[in-house]
Amino acid sequence: MTATQGSNGSYLNDAWRVKVGLAEMLKGGVIMDVTNAEQARIAEDAGACAVMALERVPSDIRKEGGVARMAAPKIIREIMDTVSIPVMAKVRIGHFAEAAVLEALEVDFIDESEVLTPADEENHVWKHDFKVPFVCGARNLGEALRRIAEGAAMIRTKGEAGSGNVVEAVRHMRTITGEMRRLTTLRGDELMHVAKEMGAPLDLVREIARTGKLPVPNFSAGGIATPADAALVRHLGAESVFVGSGIFKSSDPEARAKAIVKATTHYQDAKVVLEASEVLGEAMKGLDIRQIEEKDLLQTRGW
Amino acid sequence: MEKLPKVGILAVQGDFEAHAATLARLGVEHVFVRTPRDLEGVDAMILPGGESTTQWKFLVEEGLDRSLREFAARGGAIFGTCAGAILLAREVHHPDQASLGLADITVIRNAYGRQLASEVRSGLTSLSPEPIEMVFIRAPIIDRMGPNVEVLATSQGQPVLVRQGRTLIATFHPELTSDTTVHEYFLRIASGKLDSADKVLARD
Repeated sequence: MTATQGSNGSYLNDAWRVKVGLAEMLKGGVIMDVTNAEQARIAEDAGACAVMALERVPSDIRKEGGVARMAAPKIIREIMDTVSIPVMAKVRIGHFAEAAVLEALEVDFIDESEVLTPADEENHVWKHDFKVPFVCGARNLGEALRRIAEGAAMIRTKGEAGSGNVVEAVRHMRTITGEMRRLTTLRGDELMHVAKEMGAPLDLVREIARTGKLPVPNFSAGGIATPADAALVRHLGAESVFVGSGIFKSSDPEARAKAIVKATTHYQDAKVVLEASEVLGEAMKGLDIRQIEEKDLLQTRGW
Repeated sequence: MEKLPKVGILAVQGDFEAHAATLARLGVEHVFVRTPRDLEGVDAMILPGGESTTQWKFLVEEGLDRSLREFAARGGAIFGTCAGAILLAREVHHPDQASLGLADITVIRNAYGRQLASEVRSGLTSLSPEPIEMVFIRAPIIDRMGPNVEVLATSQGQPVLVRQGRTLIATFHPELTSDTTVHEYFLRIASGKLDSADKVLARD
């Protein structure tokens, strides 16, 4: 018996294991952004394994600007009353008071998200203080391990939310999995230097070097708009996918939601991904990442 | 050495890899089942944790609901954990949903509450003298059991591990612990070593 069991993460306490346990249950599924109970119902009927409640989908946040905050508790409660699958909701980076409100509301998972306007430019929420599990975004392994050290029970790639462009999600997933592969090839006496360079805790760096994988589930988010996008990130190592604007900003949300769910499970079978793709109308209009000004990028929020 | 049963794990959504890891620790091979074709040659099936609503949609869409009922009718052994228990139940409430109906039980989904009610407990089972860890995640409660259902463990006054013939049901997640007691018991059911309500372990 080893002290850890892959992503089961029994190396910390029971509270941690229960948090990672729920993340384990969401594997192989699709988590969909919804802004009201009606959308939540559509997502559940399409086979979503969880929904993410937020005020506006990322592409609208991008378009409309202003400060993006935690969704109104009334809307979140309506969503919780409507569906039987887990309900997640987003808080601003570092906004532990919003997180406490969501915990009091008894949401199942909190996303400390760069999609909302950060509340703290230095500190993320100390997630060990909460009983409800957290998911956080990451662009590279160092960022993922810092969030896990703070108590995140699930990591997702940041990608570039609201862009409808999968390129950043691909970049971040390849970066994280590539860095993990590299760690497994290093000598033990080289890991302190890596930990210093990455700005990540040594114990987690050593664990990745040994196991080759994160101690929590690793999902993908930020730009997934089609069944083939979902299949792509699954092939690259994503254990589940988050779809934000991609569904309810398309011309056919119900069919697209179903198709992405199907492609996520059967990503290894191109014929099924084809079938899922064939029934669809127009995907959301995407953005070329190079046309987005540096100041408008969401992925650079948080560290 | 005798032939080990070929174990299939339903892999449409959920923690199927955790079950695979548990079987690997026991030196037992598995196949992931996503379509009826994948069931060929499988002697024992595991229905993992996850979201039962999502899993059920896949079962119906792929025709796996019918295949699994046929599999059980042929005498195949089935083990369901949490969402898997919900899929196996005859009746499901909170909310009502369709299921395979292979075990004569009624379950209530998310009966302890939302994620904040999830917890790790320790509990005795009739499988071994030592208590085992029981990880409950948004767990269901078994509200009613038919006469052929045998209780193998209770926790907080509720049955949490039950068996009906070659069907084994846990409302918790033995696959999320390092303890392999429950999986070993299931493998013995699958190998035909526990024909009836055996409570004594036939150690190999």
